[in-house]
Amino acid sequence: MSKTDNNSSMSRKKTANTVWAYIVLIMISIIWLFPFAGLLLQSFRSYDPKVEYGGMVDYLIPKHFSLDNYRFLFSGQTNFLRWYGNTLVIAIFVSILQTMIILCVSYALSRMRFAGRELLMRFWLILGMFPGFLTMICLYFLLKQFGMTQAGAVPGLILVSVASSGMGYYVCKGYFDTIPKALDEAARIDGASRARIFFTMIIPMSKPIIIYTALVAFMAPWCDYIFASYVAFGHDESYNVAVAMTRWVWTNDYQGYFTRFCAGGILIAIPVTVLFMALQNYYVEGVTGGAVKG
Amino acid sequence: MKGDFKTRLSFLIMGIGQMMRGQWIKGFAFLITEVLFIVYMIRFGGVYLSKLPTLGTVETHKEGRKTVYGDNSFLILLFGILTLIVIAVFVFLWYLNIKDNLKQEELLKAGKTLPSNKKVLSSLFDGHFDKTLLAIPVSGVFLFTVVPIIFMICIAFTNYDDKHQAPTNLFTWVGLDNFKNLLSFGTQGMAPTFFKVLAWTLVWAFFATFIDYFLGLAVAILINKKEVKLKKLWRTILVLTIAVPQFVSLLYVMKLFANDGLINGYLLKWGFISSPIQFWVDPMLARITIIVVNIWIGIPYLMLIATGLLMNIPAELYESAKVDGATGWQMFKSITLPYMLFVTGPFLLTQFTNNLNNFNVIYLLTQGKPQSMKLANKAGSTDLLVTWLYKMTVNDTNYKMAAVLGIMVFIVTAVVTMVVYNRLPSVRDEEGFQ
Repeated sequence: MSKTDNNSSMSRKKTANTVWAYIVLIMISIIWLFPFAGLLLQSFRSYDPKVEYGGMVDYLIPKHFSLDNYRFLFSGQTNFLRWYGNTLVIAIFVSILQTMIILCVSYALSRMRFAGRELLMRFWLILGMFPGFLTMICLYFLLKQFGMTQAGAVPGLILVSVASSGMGYYVCKGYFDTIPKALDEAARIDGASRARIFFTMIIPMSKPIIIYTALVAFMAPWCDYIFASYVAFGHDESYNVAVAMTRWVWTNDYQGYFTRFCAGGILIAIPVTVLFMALQNYYVEGVTGGAVKG
Repeated sequence: MKGDFKTRLSFLIMGIGQMMRGQWIKGFAFLITEVLFIVYMIRFGGVYLSKLPTLGTVETHKEGRKTVYGDNSFLILLFGILTLIVIAVFVFLWYLNIKDNLKQEELLKAGKTLPSNKKVLSSLFDGHFDKTLLAIPVSGVFLFTVVPIIFMICIAFTNYDDKHQAPTNLFTWVGLDNFKNLLSFGTQGMAPTFFKVLAWTLVWAFFATFIDYFLGLAVAILINKKEVKLKKLWRTILVLTIAVPQFVSLLYVMKLFANDGLINGYLLKWGFISSPIQFWVDPMLARITIIVVNIWIGIPYLMLIATGLLMNIPAELYESAKVDGATGWQMFKSITLPYMLFVTGPFLLTQFTNNLNNFNVIYLLTQGKPQSMKLANKAGSTDLLVTWLYKMTVNDTNYKMAAVLGIMVFIVTAVVTMVVYNRLPSVRDEEGFQ
């Protein structure tokens, strides 16, 4: 076999490989995008019973495109805007407060050596092995004492999400550990206090991990179903989107709320997705760092 | 007894020694603690503590038309526990107070001066900055995680259920009865159901973790190929499932696979099947569908992580393997996979334990259904221990069994973690791979 033959068969094999790679990738993309495309298309289906039906149908593309479902959400017939606002408020507060708490805990555990440090870390690790909502009824009762259930569920949910967030310090502490300690020591020799080092040195250097922490904290309340449904039980006005709209899907579709769910889902998914995509690089950095540290 | 009279006086009145030595702020803080403790015990704690052994004896009853409320077992248990903890914390502070007094005494004896009040305060932002930073997080965890967990562990040893609801009815300690009930194979026992649910929980966690892991790795390698263009686009498409809130995407997918959903609709219309595939009705099929849908959610995470890590593998390793004539599969088997497993070992373990408790995927897709008459306490074929626990709490108010299940989940998680963690190559031998 001559050399040119060998080369050309190699390159042919390579092209074939590349073609296969693209075929697989395109198939994966279709599978990944299909549900989202379906969600979007069905959200535009007309709700007018004379024209089309708002429940489950066996075709993907609506026969009549209309904004009926979106109009319904904004019409005030349900508390959709209220739910949306609740979730947004929870997400913003949780994001800010949780990030602050995690930064404090991470700095203390990464930089300072104090009696009980190892014990605290081990104790929190063990606590984390209990299923989170085992304590649901007890927390419900505690919140009730402060008037933070039903009508006051929004501050209650913020309080519960923030109170125990110190335990989620792993990724952030891992990041702090990679900032050289020599920097701290140099600053301390110059007379800077621990607090000063924390606020003027470490925090400005930790932009990626702060954004990661805040982003993850911001996204979680949008899916919070378990506790939100329990704390706000029976009080429509203080539901979050997940609790309120899950009902629309589980009503067995008598009223054809399915397409309205699709429209609401789109309104929720778009801002969250845009935010996530804009901060994607920070997210990847945080997730990868966290995975290696374990 | 050690110490001078100032120290000895502090045995009784906390902080007085410090104050007499001029440390007003510290001394005052100790004194306030003691006063608060005494007030708490007299006004509040003492009563609950004395009722803790019985959880209350006076039933709520009617006198004529009026309802007279008796003891509330729930409150007695909760505040009883809280009081015990308050006592423990107080004893610890008392001990610190004595220790501090002795330290001050020694310092003065050695002819040194005590730090000024201002210095003590400012040390909270310097040498003792950890105390300032951790005060709120630790008390938050304490009040909203530790106390409730202790409370729920106690509930597992009581008969708190729908027939014993506070404040109308009392509940009381029953020892290990609930555990015996869970593990008994008798007619009333829950063991057959419990072990079935446990088995599915473990099977689910195993498949959800490892299928996603290997497929995610494969997709990452595929996108990383030199010849593949538009890398950013492919990754962005996959990452969509992380970005869109799960309750939107999972509920939509649930409807997609429903009997009257799009998938069945098209298959029927095109004549591939004559009756709908029972994705969520058939127990086995429901389990498989859940695992498959979870791949859709899970691959992107792994793809992101693997993409970052694959770049860390030195290119020379692959070059020299190529010179030796290794095929792609061989390179994967002997370079990529060992490296990935080594680096992501602890992560895989966390993934596994997270999946043991993966409430959202199961609950949003099936709510644990299909239900079966063969299973006790309304458990369904796709229920994990945690979703079963949730249903017991919310639907059946069977708190005692929910608490027992919670403890079981903890035991399973802890055992898996301990057994696996010490065997991980990256833990056993940190330098091994290099």
